[in-house]
Amino acid sequence: MTVSETRVSVRRRDGVAVLDIVGDIDRDADEPLQHAYDQAVAPGDASGVLLNFGKVGYINSTGIAVIVGLLARARKERLAISAYGLTEHYRHIFGITRLSDFIGIYGDEDSAVVGASPADAGGGARAARGGGE
Amino acid sequence: MSTRKRWSSWRRAPRPDAADRGAAEALEGAPAAMAELDIAPNDPLLGYFSSGHATVDLDALELDSPALAALRAEGTRMVVPLISQGELIGLLRLGPRRSEQEYSHDDRKLLDDLAAHAAPAVRVAQLVRQQQAEIRDRERMEQEIKVAQLIQQQFLPHELPDLPGWHVAAFYRPARSVGGDFYDFIHLPDGQVGVVVGDVTDKGVPAALVMATTHAILRVEALRLVAPGEVLRRVNQLLLDEMPPNMFVTCLYAVLDPASGRLRFANAGHNLPNLHHQDGVTELRATGMPLGLLPDMEYDEHTATLAPGNSLLLHSDGLAEAHSPDGEMFGFPRLAKLCGERDGGEELIDLLLGELASFTGPGWEQEDDITLVSLQRTGGGGDEPRVLDEFEVPSEVGAERGPVERVVRAVSGLDLDAVRLEKLRTAVAETVMNAVEHGNKGQPELPVAIRVTASAGSVEVAVTDQGGDQPIPEAPEPDLQAKLAGVENPRGWGLFLIRNMVDELRTSGDSLHHTVHLVMHLHGTGRETDDGE
Repeated sequence: MTVSETRVSVRRRDGVAVLDIVGDIDRDADEPLQHAYDQAVAPGDASGVLLNFGKVGYINSTGIAVIVGLLARARKERLAISAYGLTEHYRHIFGITRLSDFIGIYGDEDSAVVGASPADAGGGARAARGGGE
Repeated sequence: MSTRKRWSSWRRAPRPDAADRGAAEALEGAPAAMAELDIAPNDPLLGYFSSGHATVDLDALELDSPALAALRAEGTRMVVPLISQGELIGLLRLGPRRSEQEYSHDDRKLLDDLAAHAAPAVRVAQLVRQQQAEIRDRERMEQEIKVAQLIQQQFLPHELPDLPGWHVAAFYRPARSVGGDFYDFIHLPDGQVGVVVGDVTDKGVPAALVMATTHAILRVEALRLVAPGEVLRRVNQLLLDEMPPNMFVTCLYAVLDPASGRLRFANAGHNLPNLHHQDGVTELRATGMPLGLLPDMEYDEHTATLAPGNSLLLHSDGLAEAHSPDGEMFGFPRLAKLCGERDGGEELIDLLLGELASFTGPGWEQEDDITLVSLQRTGGGGDEPRVLDEFEVPSEVGAERGPVERVVRAVSGLDLDAVRLEKLRTAVAETVMNAVEHGNKGQPELPVAIRVTASAGSVEVAVTDQGGDQPIPEAPEPDLQAKLAGVENPRGWGLFLIRNMVDELRTSGDSLHHTVHLVMHLHGTGRETDDGE
């Protein structure tokens, strides 16, 4: 495993800001993730933020802390965060850390976008997650 | 001399009405009464008698002496000091002559002659009596020693445990006066063995009885509680009520799992055992108050792993604290160095005793009991872990990546499914990160050592840093809600993740090194369900 710089790009789909993450999520991912989040919410019209973990190979404890920081910020701004593309292993880790209580976890982008739609946005992560399983 | 001198002397009770039969008869009158006279060391009479005077007429004496007054009060008229080799050894005391006449010059001459002859004979008699008393005392002491030895030997193991893949040797030699050393092996559930080495302060029968009590309580609690720290905590509580004043017990208690070589131990003020491993000899550090001194004592549990070829020596004071004729102590460093010169077992014990004999020289009287117990892992147990890989990495940020991949390659031939392999990846990464950040404080020149071993049922990754022995912190589980609310640091997930990824997590170490052992069972252990779901 070589150190992989984290790159995050932002796109929109059905009003949801999708953050495509490529690389590892550790302490160095904080800056690119926060920057991408800034971009995603700047227009002020995003109904939710969807994290695409499909091209993430490695998340460590400092990466978990980065995600916690991002989630804390989104909750302050009353934006729901959801995610897809997590491997079975990291879904397990999101489970034991209880991140999945606050982040809707979906199997693919389509269901994630549906789950993160405005109708569901206020329903909380638990409802969204249920829809994605 | 500050104590009063007590004189027993032959004396004839005064009988003024009796016929005058002369002073000499005073000695042969029957029955001769035995009276005791106490003379204070500063009484001038003592000096007077000692200064070589012949027969002394008390009426003619003018001394401010309580003893003189006492002698006069009991009717003594004449005193003949018995002097042998310049030392006052007795007094001959005479009352008035039965004829009521004064003692004549001839009488006094006769008494002087008698004293000159009697003094050496009395001295010989005194010496004989003194010697007889000493013999009686010695016999009594030896009898007590025999009883103490009997008690002590009753509680020493009659045989050593037979553990496949291990060679166990023990040596015990009591000091002449018998200290309170003891050792024991206790068969525990799951093939584990409890190993005890202890030392009761004090000597003789009282120490032997305390040893017997400790031994009995330890056996019961070891079987009931198993965990060494818990066992010592409980034994301490129970011993408090039984312990005579000014006595206590030092004790090291270890639980060995012969199959894995894992040793859990706790210490109540006893000598630290020496672990002989491939890199040298290290003391297994553990501290705690001796047993029976204070209530509510806690004893931390530590762990170490004895790999094949390693050996552990448990020992009591008798060896390390022995002195040479010049007063030099044998010492723990010398003991540790010698431990590195033999693999263990009888060979090591013979070496230690041989070195001790040379150190103390001939004619040395052993100062304290000597107890030595050697646990040697010979590697013939059938399920010896084999080393899959062993390497070091510098303490740098991101240093966990390389080891993770190398561990994955090392275990690729094992029956570890993808899910469990991912868990091992995370556990190794987090453990190496902790070693770099906390153990080695991010100092790149300090290496983190990784050793991957496999046995029939499990794989173990041992990660060693230079941070010294320390237990796994009892940190509370991270609280995500508190972190989101900003009242808890968003970090602090590492140890939590490690705990949740592996089947077994334990630590070992010495004063310099800290090792975290991550164990994954190859066939799963029911940790597959997500705790958070």
